[in-house]
Amino acid sequence: MADLEVDSAHQENLKLSKMKKKVLRKQIKAQRTLMRHEGIECISHTTQNLVVANGGLGNGVSRHQLLRLVEECGLVEALLMPPNKPYSFVKYGTTEEAKKAYDALNGKELILEDTSHTVILYVNFVRKVHWEDIMPTNLPPGLKVVDELVSPEEETMMLESINWTGDEVIQNAQKSLKHRRVEHFGYEFRYDNNNVDKDKPLPGGIPEICNMLLEKCLRQGYIKHKPDQLTVNQYEPGQGIPPHIDTHSAFEDEILSLSLGAEIVMDFKHPDGCTVAVMLPRRSLLVMAGESRYLWSHGITPRKFDIVQASEGQKVGTITADTGDLTLNKRGTRTSFTFRKVRRSPCNCTYPSVCDSQQDQQKERTPMFTGNETVAAKLEQEYVHKVYEEIAVHFSSTRHSPWPKIVEFLRALPEGSIVADVGCGNGKYLGINKGLHMVGCDRSKNLVDICGEKECEAFVCDALSVPIRSGSCDACISIAVIHHFSTAERRLATLRELARLLRPGGKALIYVWAMEQEYNNQKSKYLKEKKAKKGKEKEIDTGVTQRPVSDQTPDNSTQDLTVSDGVLNDFEDKGSIAKQVINSSLPVHTNRTSFHSQDLLVPWHFKGGTKKKEESITTLQLPSGSNKLQELSPVFHRYYHVFCEGELEAACKTLDGIRIQRSYYDQGNWCVVLERQ
Amino acid sequence: SPGFRRERSRRRCGRMKLLTHNLLTSHVRGLRPGGGYPLGIQATEVKLSPVDFNAQFVARMVPKVQWAALLQAAQSLGHGSDLPPEPAPGYESDEDFLRRLHHVLLEVEVVEGILRCPDSGHEFPITKGIPNMLLAEEET
Repeated sequence: MADLEVDSAHQENLKLSKMKKKVLRKQIKAQRTLMRHEGIECISHTTQNLVVANGGLGNGVSRHQLLRLVEECGLVEALLMPPNKPYSFVKYGTTEEAKKAYDALNGKELILEDTSHTVILYVNFVRKVHWEDIMPTNLPPGLKVVDELVSPEEETMMLESINWTGDEVIQNAQKSLKHRRVEHFGYEFRYDNNNVDKDKPLPGGIPEICNMLLEKCLRQGYIKHKPDQLTVNQYEPGQGIPPHIDTHSAFEDEILSLSLGAEIVMDFKHPDGCTVAVMLPRRSLLVMAGESRYLWSHGITPRKFDIVQASEGQKVGTITADTGDLTLNKRGTRTSFTFRKVRRSPCNCTYPSVCDSQQDQQKERTPMFTGNETVAAKLEQEYVHKVYEEIAVHFSSTRHSPWPKIVEFLRALPEGSIVADVGCGNGKYLGINKGLHMVGCDRSKNLVDICGEKECEAFVCDALSVPIRSGSCDACISIAVIHHFSTAERRLATLRELARLLRPGGKALIYVWAMEQEYNNQKSKYLKEKKAKKGKEKEIDTGVTQRPVSDQTPDNSTQDLTVSDGVLNDFEDKGSIAKQVINSSLPVHTNRTSFHSQDLLVPWHFKGGTKKKEESITTLQLPSGSNKLQELSPVFHRYYHVFCEGELEAACKTLDGIRIQRSYYDQGNWCVVLERQ
Repeated sequence: SPGFRRERSRRRCGRMKLLTHNLLTSHVRGLRPGGGYPLGIQATEVKLSPVDFNAQFVARMVPKVQWAALLQAAQSLGHGSDLPPEPAPGYESDEDFLRRLHHVLLEVEVVEGILRCPDSGHEFPITKGIPNMLLAEEET
């Protein structure tokens, strides 16, 4: 027994020293990387200053989280987190504290709050914490901070004018606001839909006391319209407001926010991840207009201290400018007066990706683009049917592995079931279960011919009108088909058609490509294969990898040479409506990246370059002067509507006599099993 | 040899079995409800290819097929005499009947010809065993 204990203790020691060695190795590696790539020299003697490798904004560590961690070791004088860098600098008040942090944090595993990914920190001493002007010192475009807009007397008057009666308001908004106090004037802001009831103005309007200030703003040209809505918020230290963009359709362009009682740091974030922390001094006015109002989100991190410039005090400006002497600033009670002008017409800003007005219009436009059936049909003809005819053979050569869950569905059907595969492609599911009578159909004649060559039964038809008598099928499958239809009505019509084929008790399995290529923190195979391809060839050469059903890039194609956005097929019929519609509205997807739009064109890259029909209408027109591109084989673009979570189910729920038996996510696809009742 | 290859490629083609034909219907727009069925067959090339007999499978097909349509299709291809006017009770254990039905449903294949809509007269071509059921307005 005793021997064993000694033994295990010994092993424990071994393990420990092994781990220590590993940490040391990595720590040294971090030193070298910092020197080589960033010119940051790590030193061996103790100082007040540390560089924390892997503890940067650039690798997903939040300021909040790192600060909490480094504060555990002593009084932090400065935490410098350069934007987009995978490291940060910490300055402690004493070398003892820095040494304590060095011992505690080197090799420390950190679970990221946002993503639950794990990072390991490697810490080294540096002579000085400094960062020279590499960071953006600019405010987000359209943003202004006007210092001392009101006098201390006016401040007092305004603060005293607020009669915090809003118990009711607080109660009904409690969920979203936690403890923040809030009062509304002019119109009540509703936190359930982030909008106002535009036809229900509040009695009294905006308090009289604000008039002078607003007149001043109009005179100075900070705003074009006089605001008619005011929200007053009171933030105690530790309180905040989550990052948000004020609803485009709710308010006009300029939004004003007056900070009273105390200063605060507001964080602005561009959709590309760039963040700018802006100091809003006491009695200053923040003006958000243009890009900063429409595209950047803004929020206040709930915390008791802000990181501000030590030497600049509370002066206006971005916090990231000269981050060499960042320090902490204790928050006080801040009351903000946010003035907005209620918008009476839809927003037509130039940031449609974040504009609710334009997204609504798009939803309405879809039937129009499409409400015009001819245009929708034309679009599908050009960007789906013709493309599949062209790529049929190559496409088929990349479609040999059936998907396990689909195979499972087919194998579970009773012997003698009659099954239709609507959109059967090259027929890879037609022979899965010999006990079934399975018939395929597809819109592409060339693909159906391939089914024929495999001696499978198939015919040519459109999924909108399947020439099979009603109620004759025990089951149907429709794999990666419905996402090729360009309007919600047409997609629904294909579902209705599938349902029509089923006998009572019959089942349909439907797969469509998902907008979400990352789900439950798992990247789909579609996204993953890009990495695999760049790194280890062998991972993808196994050939048995489950591929996304709608995956467009064949195994051996030149997928890294994706076409740049906007380079579209050159059509002979330049006047074609479909082409016009598409050129003006459909983005071209970059293979193996996440989707940014639900309706898009997905490139298919041909391997080799010996396609006969070079003049084909679907051949890519290459930009002149790009020799490299000209050597490429043709690229074809297929139209897709990728489905959001719940979209497929929602459509199925509108079908009569159909029950959704189950729905699931399978490698970047949304899937449902329907049952006819 | 090239000859062998040509032979093979000619043999490897799709085939419309009468079981599949029994499912197909015309979907020309504006037909009366339930119209367009069954499609008339005008075959220029029919092939017989042996398929393993599975009595249970064939028996299960009986309630699924439209018998009159099957009879009509079999007759138009010269196989009408293989089938009774309707399945007799106890057909599940009548091996002779099941074998004949097996033959008609699964072994008679249309390679070339036309499917005709009984109501509109619209013709759908069958080429290399593959019916093209696209309607004129769906054609490119």
